[in-house]
Amino acid sequence: MTYELIPLLPLASFLILGLFGHWIKDKAHLVAVPAVILSFLFSVFAFVDVAGGHHSTFRLYTWLTSDTLDIHIGITIDRLTAVMLLLVTTVSALVHVYTIGYMHGEPGYARFFSYVALFTFSMLMLVLADNFLQLFVFWEAVGLCSYLLIGHWYERPSACAAATKAFIVNRVGDFGFLLGLLLVWTTFGSLDYSDVFSKAHDATGRVMNLLEPLGGNWEVSVLTVMCLLLFTGAIGKSAQFPLHVWLPDAMEGPTPISALIHAATMVTAGVFLVARLAPLYNLSPTAMTVVAIVGGLTMVLGATIALTQTDIKRVVAYSTMSQLGYMMMACGLGAYAAGMYHLLTHGAFKALLFLGCGSVIIALHHEQDMRRMGGLKDKLPITYWTFVIGSLALAGFPLTAGFFSKDDLLVSAWSSGTLGQVLTVFGLLTALLTAFYSFRLVFVTFWGPSHVDHHHAVYVHEPSNTMTIPLIILALLSIVTGYLGIPGFLEPMFATESGGSAHQGSGTIVIMFLATAMGLLGIAGAYYVYVLNPSLPDRWAQRWRTAYQLSLNKWYVDEIYDLSIVRPTLSAATELWKHVDVTVIDGAVNGVARAIAWGGWLLRLVQSGQTQHYALGMALGAVLILTLFMMI
Amino acid sequence: MIPLSYYLTLSAVVFLTGLVGVLIRRNIIIILLSVELMLNATNINFVAFSQHFHNVVGQVFVFFALTVAAAEVAVGLAIIIALHRAKSTINVDEFQLLKW
Amino acid sequence: MEQLFFFYFALIIAGSSGLVVALRNPIYSALSLLIMFFHVAGLYVTLHAEFLAAVQVIVYAGAILVLYLFVVMLLNLKQDDRYHRQWPVAAAVGATLIVEAVMLTLSRGQAAPVELSGQATAIEGLGNTEALGDVLYSTYLFPFEVASLILLVAMIGAIVLAKKDIGGEAPQSS
Repeated sequence: MTYELIPLLPLASFLILGLFGHWIKDKAHLVAVPAVILSFLFSVFAFVDVAGGHHSTFRLYTWLTSDTLDIHIGITIDRLTAVMLLLVTTVSALVHVYTIGYMHGEPGYARFFSYVALFTFSMLMLVLADNFLQLFVFWEAVGLCSYLLIGHWYERPSACAAATKAFIVNRVGDFGFLLGLLLVWTTFGSLDYSDVFSKAHDATGRVMNLLEPLGGNWEVSVLTVMCLLLFTGAIGKSAQFPLHVWLPDAMEGPTPISALIHAATMVTAGVFLVARLAPLYNLSPTAMTVVAIVGGLTMVLGATIALTQTDIKRVVAYSTMSQLGYMMMACGLGAYAAGMYHLLTHGAFKALLFLGCGSVIIALHHEQDMRRMGGLKDKLPITYWTFVIGSLALAGFPLTAGFFSKDDLLVSAWSSGTLGQVLTVFGLLTALLTAFYSFRLVFVTFWGPSHVDHHHAVYVHEPSNTMTIPLIILALLSIVTGYLGIPGFLEPMFATESGGSAHQGSGTIVIMFLATAMGLLGIAGAYYVYVLNPSLPDRWAQRWRTAYQLSLNKWYVDEIYDLSIVRPTLSAATELWKHVDVTVIDGAVNGVARAIAWGGWLLRLVQSGQTQHYALGMALGAVLILTLFMMI
Repeated sequence: MIPLSYYLTLSAVVFLTGLVGVLIRRNIIIILLSVELMLNATNINFVAFSQHFHNVVGQVFVFFALTVAAAEVAVGLAIIIALHRAKSTINVDEFQLLKW
Repeated sequence: MEQLFFFYFALIIAGSSGLVVALRNPIYSALSLLIMFFHVAGLYVTLHAEFLAAVQVIVYAGAILVLYLFVVMLLNLKQDDRYHRQWPVAAAVGATLIVEAVMLTLSRGQAAPVELSGQATAIEGLGNTEALGDVLYSTYLFPFEVASLILLVAMIGAIVLAKKDIGGEAPQSS
């Protein structure tokens, strides 16, 4: 079938809008939206195809082949890919429609659509990749699109700084990814998934000596190193601790892309990577442990910070970080299907939450601080109700998709050994925090007395249909995706010799009950604190000042990085500039010029114009030749 | 019989004397005289070889070298006169138009 | 006896050529050169090249040197002629070359005198002038004619160069 159209339609949209956007201007959505909707329809076909047991793989373009290296662009559509395709195209299509209303009248309208189309193309190609190199190329491409889109309002220095930060932090992770990729190639001699997976088992015993260049001896398993290096890329891309610092700042970008990139798709690329490389990770328990622990840490960290943030988009951003931690933790414990399931449902309700935030922001004329909101539930009914559904899904309220996916995840985690059980406890605690802060957001923003600026209060109204319809669709999806049987669909992909990802054990019912209880408790707690006793938060902030400060200041991670990494680098660069570049390099270049001028000055002396000098030269030449003649 | 090498040594001495004269003196006329010295030295050389190998061709060459030397002197002195007219000096150091 | 003549001629030749280069007064230099020419002619005579000796005297001593003296006197030069600043280098060059020349000459071994062949004997018997003329007007006729052309060109060139009213006003020579 024509599955290559799935990524190529958004590419065409990008090219047309990129080249002709200047003339298309406000009609840009007429190009972008149909392209992505068609792409979505083809993804549905692909999904149905795959569900019918048909696995497509084909090669689009061979770039170069040599004796040992075969670089090509290929597409493989299996169950994992099909599911991701649906996610990406659906959310992208909905975001495209939403953007028509959100960015209406903006000068960068066409440019925005072209970049979103480019992003969609890159993400789809990443998901469809059948070899590591293509994956890496489009991994970088989505990073680039993230940079372009975060910095969409480029006149704002904060936006530019945030975009640069996102790119650089990603790059740090990508460096590890590249090393991992090279290690894959040197170990297996090929970069194709099929080759690598089939040869993976044979490589389990292989070790490499990490201290070889230094003459030492520290032998580690090649597969472990490989998986860990590839995971660093995922740490960067999926905003895991310690490379999570770019995600909150990425909220400088327009809300639609926060929904698309930083909730549903790009950040999930890291989880997708681990799931895609499950055959490799399954062979390296050490790497899996690291993945799980990093995921668990991120999960708790994100939730603790989200408790105190006042910018609505930041709350949702840290929530995303926390949920990504959940998914990563699940993958690290071997529950790949559960992790991907949560990824899917999260994509739906997190995008919904972001778009809802966008709706509020637009209604209040670009106000993002929730302390200046309140009392909006009557003025923005659709936004309010969809937002509530999304928050319920996030909190794991029964019958929502989030309930099913979070339960599945925690149950699978509990059955994965001791580490799994410890992490499950943390997961349950985080579920409590998650419910608490999401409903804190709901109550402060939509309930209670209005703290909205009086100028704007009069004009607050529900946004246009192009913005509300995606909200409604996503709200429906936040419920419906729980009933589609996705884990069962994905299970066959991750079945290993040892019997696949962890299955239900005896603690299943207990965990489910506890998870639900935590969610309800969180909601009730938020209600108690923010609706019934509005002065309580401030008193608690006073009482537990240290904890409050730590949470509010994101555990000072940014500051630590600034002191330990950024400043030394900048000062080293300044030193290099002043002393090496200016003195040595410029000196050398200028010195060459001066030396040549000096040589010229010397040579000029030969041309004295005096005949006898020339005659002397001739005589000396004769002496020289005669001497040489006599020597030989 | 005088050995050939004696004549060659003599001619070498005269030639080098002429060469050093060209390099040392500032008076153009003396420089030309030194050039004549060099020519004479080569003539001695040719005649010596001619006698040694009993071949008259050496002397033929001397004949022509003599002719050319005469022609060269004529033209050279004419040039010196022209130079003197231009600068009222025949010190070689004064003629430096070739200087950069 | 032969050796005596040779050494006498050689010594005077070397000495007078040294004087040519060393003396300050151009007229003294020219006169030293004259002495040298005469002794070179004498050397030619000892080498059985009588015709050349005569030509040497006539052309070199009689024509060329006279020309030089004419010009020296015409230009009425002053005597303040110091040696060029590069005289140490030139002296070193000269010394080096003379040493090397002597070394070369002595090291290559003596070339044996060639035996007289038939044609050479015949020529030997003719006497120097006749032998020279014989070769000059037969084998080397063309260069002979060209030599005359060279002299013609030199004459024309000399006249053109020394003429007063070509190439702008000439300053009055004192």
